Amino acid sequence: MSIISRGFGGRRRESPPDLPPGQYLAHDFPVLSAGPTPRIPLDRWHFTIVTETGEKHTWDWKQFTALPAEEITVDIHCVTKWSKLGTTWKGVAIDTLFEEVESAADYVMAHSYGGYTTNVPLEDLLDGKAWIAYEYDGEPLHPEHGGPARLLIPHLYFWKSAKWVDGFRMMHEDEPGFWEDAGYHMYGDPWREQRYHGD
Amino acid sequence: MARAAVSRRLTWRVATVVAARWETPSARTLVLDIPEWPGHLAGQHLDIRLTAEDGYQAQRSYSIASAWPGDGPVEISVQRLEDGEVSPYLTDVVEPGDQIEVRGPVGGWFVWRDTATAPVLLLAGGSGVVPLMAMIRARSLAGGRQPFRLIYSVRTPEDALYAEELRRRGREDSGLDVRFVWTRKAPDDWPHPPKRIDVATVNTYGWPPDFQPDCFVCGPTTFVETAADMLVALGHDPKRIRTERFGGA
Repeated sequence: MSIISRGFGGRRRESPPDLPPGQYLAHDFPVLSAGPTPRIPLDRWHFTIVTETGEKHTWDWKQFTALPAEEITVDIHCVTKWSKLGTTWKGVAIDTLFEEVESAADYVMAHSYGGYTTNVPLEDLLDGKAWIAYEYDGEPLHPEHGGPARLLIPHLYFWKSAKWVDGFRMMHEDEPGFWEDAGYHMYGDPWREQRYHGD
Repeated sequence: MARAAVSRRLTWRVATVVAARWETPSARTLVLDIPEWPGHLAGQHLDIRLTAEDGYQAQRSYSIASAWPGDGPVEISVQRLEDGEVSPYLTDVVEPGDQIEVRGPVGGWFVWRDTATAPVLLLAGGSGVVPLMAMIRARSLAGGRQPFRLIYSVRTPEDALYAEELRRRGREDSGLDVRFVWTRKAPDDWPHPPKRIDVATVNTYGWPPDFQPDCFVCGPTTFVETAADMLVALGHDPKRIRTERFGGA
């Protein structure tokens, strides 16, 4: 039961029905990260999946951008309350990467240049639910927004969409990543408003 | 421990505004009495939820400005954003006696603990000074002697939050240096024309990288990007640079 805030509500933002609870519509593209923005030269960029058996699958930039890519238009929801509707990206579906990977693990730790990590169940990355994106709005993804490439999991809060992603580590057990270790929710479903531990 | 401080379920609590004061013509501090507040670390924030009579709700996050002495009220400082829907309500409508819902504290990364001994460099842009002020206040509350330096970039003297308190603490809090950078208009007796923060300023008024200071950078995105890049360029370890970017509200 909420209390009424006397005199509040006169200047409300448009709040389309397709916004998750507690979110508001942003018209810019806010930048949020925990540290300085890494800048990774494309000739040094790699993406590696390490399975639970230690098997490694690595792509360099050329190999990666030669993979079949998709154009995706999705809504994104940041735990700091802003949402952006109809954002357009280009990237490689995680399904495409896993075509050649043997793994029985249920969980993935995504990790990034600069040391960021975040945990995601594998099933949330497959079946057309997630991508490694390297273009935004038809342009190469800017470093501030996670370029050269970032994870894109639009159905979870945006901290799960790791910027500057450089690989996945397959795990049998779920483990907290960077923000999850700092009090944020292990799963992070915006529609169930899973912002913090225990939500 | 931060994890202990945030790993329980965060519940909405009804806070009562017990006092309010203007820090600048567009920034106001609200003093909140929050029942059973569990305490917080300097740098953490809280979430605010407002409900209109027809049930419409809005939530925003605000940095906590005050240190936690073990009991008493919690302060937030809100910068009015002209096109915002929540900040103008908190600056212009709320009065002492009003109640708002809050939950927190939130955040275990952009925090300073008074048990840390490393030198600290605080880089603030505009209202990004709020969580850094909490750190300065927490150090003072603990009687800390850690070498602290704040570089505070702000448009004009009228826009500076806590200007008086910062000047006083710069004189009285042993080991705290405060340096203002005026980007649009400097005080009349200021020796330089206004300018944005630059590498020379960070180099002169910050700590050398070999002191291995913990760096906290907070402000609008462009300020944070620029300032954090300068620290990296000067040789600071990116892992010791913690950033928090302020969005609109």
